[in-house]
Amino acid sequence: MATQWMHGSMVAKMRQSPDGGNNSEEQTLLRFDVVERIAHWLNVLLFAVLILTALPLYFGQVEALVGRRVLVGEIHLWCGILLPAPLLISLMGPWGKDFRADLRRFNRWTPGEIAWIRSLGQSQLELGKFNPGQKLNAIFIGASMLVMFLTGLVLHWFGLFPLDWRIGATFVHDLFAAALSVVVLGHIYFALSHPASMKSMLDGRVTRTWASVHAKRWLAEQADE
Amino acid sequence: MSRDEGFSDQTVPVGRRVFLGIAGLGILGVLFGSRVQRAVGSAVGTGLGGLIPGGDRFRIYSVTGSFPKVDPSAYRLKITGLVNRPHTLTLDQLMTMPSVKLVKDFQCVTGWKVPQVHWEGVRLSDILDVVGVSDRATAVEFDSYDGVDTESLTLSQARLPDVIVAYRMLGGPITTPHGGPVRLYVAPMYGYKSLKWLSEVRLVEKPTLGFWEANGYPVDAWINGSQNASVS
Repeated sequence: MATQWMHGSMVAKMRQSPDGGNNSEEQTLLRFDVVERIAHWLNVLLFAVLILTALPLYFGQVEALVGRRVLVGEIHLWCGILLPAPLLISLMGPWGKDFRADLRRFNRWTPGEIAWIRSLGQSQLELGKFNPGQKLNAIFIGASMLVMFLTGLVLHWFGLFPLDWRIGATFVHDLFAAALSVVVLGHIYFALSHPASMKSMLDGRVTRTWASVHAKRWLAEQADE
Repeated sequence: MSRDEGFSDQTVPVGRRVFLGIAGLGILGVLFGSRVQRAVGSAVGTGLGGLIPGGDRFRIYSVTGSFPKVDPSAYRLKITGLVNRPHTLTLDQLMTMPSVKLVKDFQCVTGWKVPQVHWEGVRLSDILDVVGVSDRATAVEFDSYDGVDTESLTLSQARLPDVIVAYRMLGGPITTPHGGPVRLYVAPMYGYKSLKWLSEVRLVEKPTLGFWEANGYPVDAWINGSQNASVS
């Protein structure tokens, strides 16, 4: 899996050589439109506040420094309630066309992609807009958000649910928080080590050279249009 | 498998399946998580269970900016209000009174739980007998050294045998994060009734709403809504 992703940094270096600057002549493609980018970064903001406020709620050593449990809990609650909003609003209207198309890409896997995951990245694969690892990341984070949202509701409106469910919801909320933290850290690691990919979440664009290495099938799709 | 325009008709909706699989795991976890947790907890043993995510661990609450640090030698418990003989007890005086040991769960109303916690302290009813409760008193209010947290019990709840003024838990003196040197432990009720850093016990005619009750927690805090839980 790592070998596929490692190409990113190589391409970034290629683009900057030999003169060290960006080749402004090079044609670029729109990878993420403005709606997707806003949704992503609002999501990041809410996630960051959720993780930061979760630390004192969960770890006694952090609580010793922060305290103010009611306020921290309230911030955590409202960020959690707002969490689905950026994604859902971006997906709903006519402005969500590109995002919905990407959602279909996350969903639909070619036999080659399935084989690639099964072989843990060993098999050859002509990549679409997203590699299978990126697809899994998106799906996992999306599903985890739903699980965190629902279990969070149980924890806050505990009076509506039997005690056994509340114990179960706490259990699930904790486990998913741990798994999510690992996946998000991995996501940040890959983003930082692949500047061209990360740049496309900032200004939306990638070069054709990048696409020819990382998203060849997508590049071909674009040419068809 | 339906065709999706613009995509190969050989594609498989893996995304939807994985998404539903993860969401399904979450729902199963809510329904059966308490059993799984119990099984894992008894397999790895209490203490270790606190180290794994989703395991048994205390969540340390502080409603103020920091934990109030009270030196054991400077600790005083005031018993005031509608009593015949108001008292101020030192920790040493508390420890010379007849003590009880309880091994019971600490259950938070929101769902986290630490099973089989060892507690030691003095029955609140014993302390009430020492000071002599006036006939007019119907309830007991509790104050915390943090200056913010408050709780209350009816007089009959306060007299239950598993309501103690605790000075030991988890096999040692109660640490500051856990509400030491002295805290309340109300075994049959949710954790927020077990006020930490106990500073004052006050007998009153009518109780005022406690801190967590004022923040939306139910006044009725019986674990699982069952008063039978109090009979140990």
